[in-house]
Amino acid sequence: MAIVNLDKINSLAEKMRIETIKTGYSAGRKGAHFGGALSCIELLACLYGGIMDKDANNPAKEQRDVFLLSKGHAAVSFYVALACAGYFPMEDLRGFEADGSELPGHPVMNDARGIELSTGSLGMGIGTGIGIALGYRRKGYDNHVFVLMGDGECDEGSVWEGAMAAASFGLDSLIVIVDKNSIQSDGTTKDIMDLLDLGDKFCSFGFDVREIDGHDTEKICETFSEIMALKNGRPKAVIANTIKGKGISFMENKPEWHHSALSEKQYKEAMQELGQEVSE
Amino acid sequence: MVDRKILRTYSMLGPQGSFFARLAELAAERDDFAVLAADLAQSSGIGKFMRECPNQFYNVGIAEQNMVNIAAGLAKTGFKTFAATFANFITMRSCEQVRVNMGYMKLPVKLVGARAGIVNGHLGNSHFCFEDIALMRVIPNLVVVSPVDAFEAVKVAEAAAESDQPMYIRLTGKVNTPMIYKEDYDFQLGKAVNLKEGTDIVIFTTGTIAANGLKAAKLLDEVGISTAVVNIHTIKPLDGEVLEAYAKTTKLWVSLEEHNIVGGLGSAIAEYKAALKQSPPQIFLGLPDAYGKAGEYEWMLEENGLSAQKIFERIKDYFNQLG
Repeated sequence: MAIVNLDKINSLAEKMRIETIKTGYSAGRKGAHFGGALSCIELLACLYGGIMDKDANNPAKEQRDVFLLSKGHAAVSFYVALACAGYFPMEDLRGFEADGSELPGHPVMNDARGIELSTGSLGMGIGTGIGIALGYRRKGYDNHVFVLMGDGECDEGSVWEGAMAAASFGLDSLIVIVDKNSIQSDGTTKDIMDLLDLGDKFCSFGFDVREIDGHDTEKICETFSEIMALKNGRPKAVIANTIKGKGISFMENKPEWHHSALSEKQYKEAMQELGQEVSE
Repeated sequence: MVDRKILRTYSMLGPQGSFFARLAELAAERDDFAVLAADLAQSSGIGKFMRECPNQFYNVGIAEQNMVNIAAGLAKTGFKTFAATFANFITMRSCEQVRVNMGYMKLPVKLVGARAGIVNGHLGNSHFCFEDIALMRVIPNLVVVSPVDAFEAVKVAEAAAESDQPMYIRLTGKVNTPMIYKEDYDFQLGKAVNLKEGTDIVIFTTGTIAANGLKAAKLLDEVGISTAVVNIHTIKPLDGEVLEAYAKTTKLWVSLEEHNIVGGLGSAIAEYKAALKQSPPQIFLGLPDAYGKAGEYEWMLEENGLSAQKIFERIKDYFNQLG
């Protein structure tokens, strides 16, 4: 099991949630994808807080674990995770969605900043992850490739083309994480396109599947550690049950917070819920 | 100097077979290639590579979008990556994967569109591809190349293996394709090659239809219309210098391609020409902007006015009208 410090991860998650609200608010009326960014905070905190073999001082290190944010709209919490992990200064977050910024609404590949792919068009991360995992296998590296997808993203056919290939190529270093917050842009996944049992689907495609509470950092770390050690020729899928907008009461499970802007009043409320004083 | 026997072998294999046969030779020496197919490996000319370099070959099944994504991942980890299947599937089914991975991220995947144009003849329009130059050249950062014969396909394979840019390689023609080049020549991506001198008309062409263009040019010479032919193997970036060289010296430009007259080589040339102070009129010879009837390749070329005789007549008639 990877050595992780749960206290450290929990306080990282707490900090990330605060910074995500601050960063999203700094974009003003342009708004941000708050809902899906907040649902994957604990997953990102565990990955960047100790699970992955990465070096912020050498982001393009030849042998490294790879993280692909396939659900690119969660850019705001991803940028926060990178800044908190030391890939770039926290001040840079204030440039989120600014004109000409390197941190626009969806991530742009940037080796120096630890952003492995340009994402935002859904359903592509799994395939690219397969390519990287195949490349690593050819090179004899035992690093892992993590692909974080949304559950709505699983509507895309290319996800299942990838799933079929990952199992067919026997890529046990590929770990697909589905942030299953059950809400997509137009409404609930049940209403828009019912995914039925996602775990069953990945299982029938040949994946080794774990279904967990995506906000329980102890369970997340335990699960990653367990499956990373499993060299069984099968790709892994972690179905992480999450709450869209997690941590901010008026955002939780509200489809309208898929993408929206915070008013000053809402910002203060949100920060208060996170135990932060906001000066007038 | 290239051995005549080798040229004959290339001709026999056609552009596709020659392209991948050369890649197999290169891959055998170095072991850092990744060639991907989507269940049309044999039909796309990859058979030899597949047999001779099995550890550098990946068949992803009938899933072109996934193929381009996987190719991007392999290219990102440093492999010389070629993804190939029929041109219609690879450029259209996976167009957005090409845009994001190769255009936006500049991952140096070499996308190989096999059986481009109308060579799939009796298989019909679902298997034709005359929209691909337009679709690929509009994507920023892509180099778009289409060799005129099997020997040039070998040259393109060598250049692509050394290139760190994303490329779309459009392979037209079939086995036993006519050889334009009978001896070695200097090939550089982005640099057009003169195939025949002439002073009245110049035919700018790309892909294997160039052979018919050359024949037509000779027929035009015979009726006293001196016609040059230029091989624009690289459609993007376009060789502006060669266009400018012909702008003042000729009375008519002809673009000739096995592609829709909308958006292809002809359009690329016209876009460049629009800003020139002085240039002659241009006629667009290519496939009509329509899904027509299917038939054997030679019949299709004839039907669409792209046989050597038809090309000759169309150019002659237009030139004579110019007065």
